[in-house]
Amino acid sequence: METVVIQTKGLTKRYGELTAVDHLDLTVYKGEVFGLLGPNGAGKTTTTLMLLGLTEPDEGEARINSLNCTLDSIEVKKIVGYLPDNVGFYSGMTGRENLRFTGRLGGLEGDALEEKIEKLLARVNMTEAADKKAGTYSRGMRQRLGIADVLMKDPEVIIMDEPTLGIDPEGIRELMWLIRDLAERDGKTVLLSSHQLHQVQRICDRMGIFVHGKMIACGTLEELGREIAHEGVNTLELAAYPDNMKLRDILNGTKGVTNIEKNSDVYVIHSSFDIRRSLARELAEQGYTIMHLRQAGSDLDEIYRKYFEKAGEQSGADHHTGKK
Amino acid sequence: MEQIITQEKSKKHNYHTLKVLFEKETADFINGKRMLLFLLLMALITVTGLYAAVSGLADALESGNSSADFLFLKLFTVSANSIPSYNSLMALMGPFIGIFMGFDAINSERTEGTLNRLVSQPLYRDHIIIGKFLAGIFITAVMVFSSGILIAAVGLISTGLIPTGAEAARLFIYLCFCVVYIGFWLALAILFSTLCQHAATSALACIAVWLFCAIFISLLAGITADALYPVGGNDMESLMNEMDNYYCAQNINRISPYYLFGEATSTLLNPSVRSVNAVTMTQLSGALVSTLSVGQSMLLVWPHLTALGALMLLAFAVSYVSFMRQEIRAR
Repeated sequence: METVVIQTKGLTKRYGELTAVDHLDLTVYKGEVFGLLGPNGAGKTTTTLMLLGLTEPDEGEARINSLNCTLDSIEVKKIVGYLPDNVGFYSGMTGRENLRFTGRLGGLEGDALEEKIEKLLARVNMTEAADKKAGTYSRGMRQRLGIADVLMKDPEVIIMDEPTLGIDPEGIRELMWLIRDLAERDGKTVLLSSHQLHQVQRICDRMGIFVHGKMIACGTLEELGREIAHEGVNTLELAAYPDNMKLRDILNGTKGVTNIEKNSDVYVIHSSFDIRRSLARELAEQGYTIMHLRQAGSDLDEIYRKYFEKAGEQSGADHHTGKK
Repeated sequence: MEQIITQEKSKKHNYHTLKVLFEKETADFINGKRMLLFLLLMALITVTGLYAAVSGLADALESGNSSADFLFLKLFTVSANSIPSYNSLMALMGPFIGIFMGFDAINSERTEGTLNRLVSQPLYRDHIIIGKFLAGIFITAVMVFSSGILIAAVGLISTGLIPTGAEAARLFIYLCFCVVYIGFWLALAILFSTLCQHAATSALACIAVWLFCAIFISLLAGITADALYPVGGNDMESLMNEMDNYYCAQNINRISPYYLFGEATSTLLNPSVRSVNAVTMTQLSGALVSTLSVGQSMLLVWPHLTALGALMLLAFAVSYVSFMRQEIRAR
């Protein structure tokens, strides 16, 4: 049995008319990296704020290590590290001084403090820049210093809000590696929110898709993909040589195909079941060379888009009935 | 038992975070470029006040309109030609020190993105704002007392005057008044920094309040008093209104901390001031020409001190409440 670290039950937050988070039930287990995915304004940040006790929920409750996030917020904040979106540091102080300040707030002093700062700076690869003023840091450096800052208090849970936003690809790669390392080597639980799917896909064990304050799907990448496939729509991307009219006829004639679109030289084929094998055989017999064949829906982009379409339809239907 | 220990520990931890925040804010003030500005302002007040005192003291004595008693205190109140005294400079420029210290206390943290990092640390949120306020008061106290003592010292050397115990006590109380006065402006600036999103807006708002208190409120008081109790006519009524008119204007003026401070300090630094209100001839009859003791002067200005302190605490309380209720999001 895995240990539950973060648990929310019916968590709800309203801002006037707008329901930012709508009856959220979320469970995150120890040592996993959980991704909260969703577009801007889906309620991801509000959820993280409620987990830290920085915002009071209107309904429901959130618990971290069975501590109530709203009532025991000091205790919660002792074990939860929070890396906000676009983290800032005191620009007049050096990176090291910023860390020292955080460490002292956490109750560390003297040699233990300095030792820890040194260790963490090395871990996030900031030793060289540590004695420069934080005002001169680039965004990537701030983000890395932010992780060191979060680790100052040795948290059991780390919550990150859009950690990869505005960082160059190399920086993202390093950051992702660091996050994965935190979960695997240190056994920390990581909850990160993002709308950048590719990065999240690479490092998250499980993810939840967030739309309009509701979590509409939750699970591993495979689970999410399977769920969508069950909807009865298979999407295939295909490019073949020679690309002529006859190719289209063959595609149209294949059993199970419901719809064909063409994007430049790639056909997007919708079918009611998996037609990859039969199609490949058919094309080979007819003397075509398959340049590209890919089952869409197995990557997060596709899953995400599908869920969105579904959520969009639902809310559209709600509006419709509402008007009546 | 164990629970008691952890409670003790967490209590200690509470003060610990406040201490860390206080130290950081104080260090920020001292290391920041702004400190240069404070020092410049303070130096301006001190040097000008000193110049006015040293050059004006002789004139004040020669003209003989005041007694030779309490000469030492005159160092702070005497003005020469067009150069204002230390006291009036403090009343006018002191607010700027408070405003400069506090106008971006909260909103700069917000725009820098440090505030949400800070509140996610294990600390009570009020410690952030209390730490800032206490650090500001501390820096103010150090600056005010050092400048006051500097004036006293230079006055001591250049004039050879030796302060009596009563004078030293008055000086001490006066400097405390200055700290509370600047503290009010600091609290007001912190209030605007919590309410306004941008540092520039809150600075402008503070300066607007300062302008109003220093200049416009006296105009307003005059107009209101004249409208309510018309004077200047030759009839009996305007003669009757004279007293009410004066009190009305004075009471409106007293809303302004600038006026309160001026009234209180001139009473404190000048023992021959016997009343802060109008005195009728009947009240004066039989009175001996003498000066007040420190305690009696204090009695006169006690309401002023209370009012100033209350204004300061009120401004701070409002900013405290609004800060505690604010939701802190990313910048």
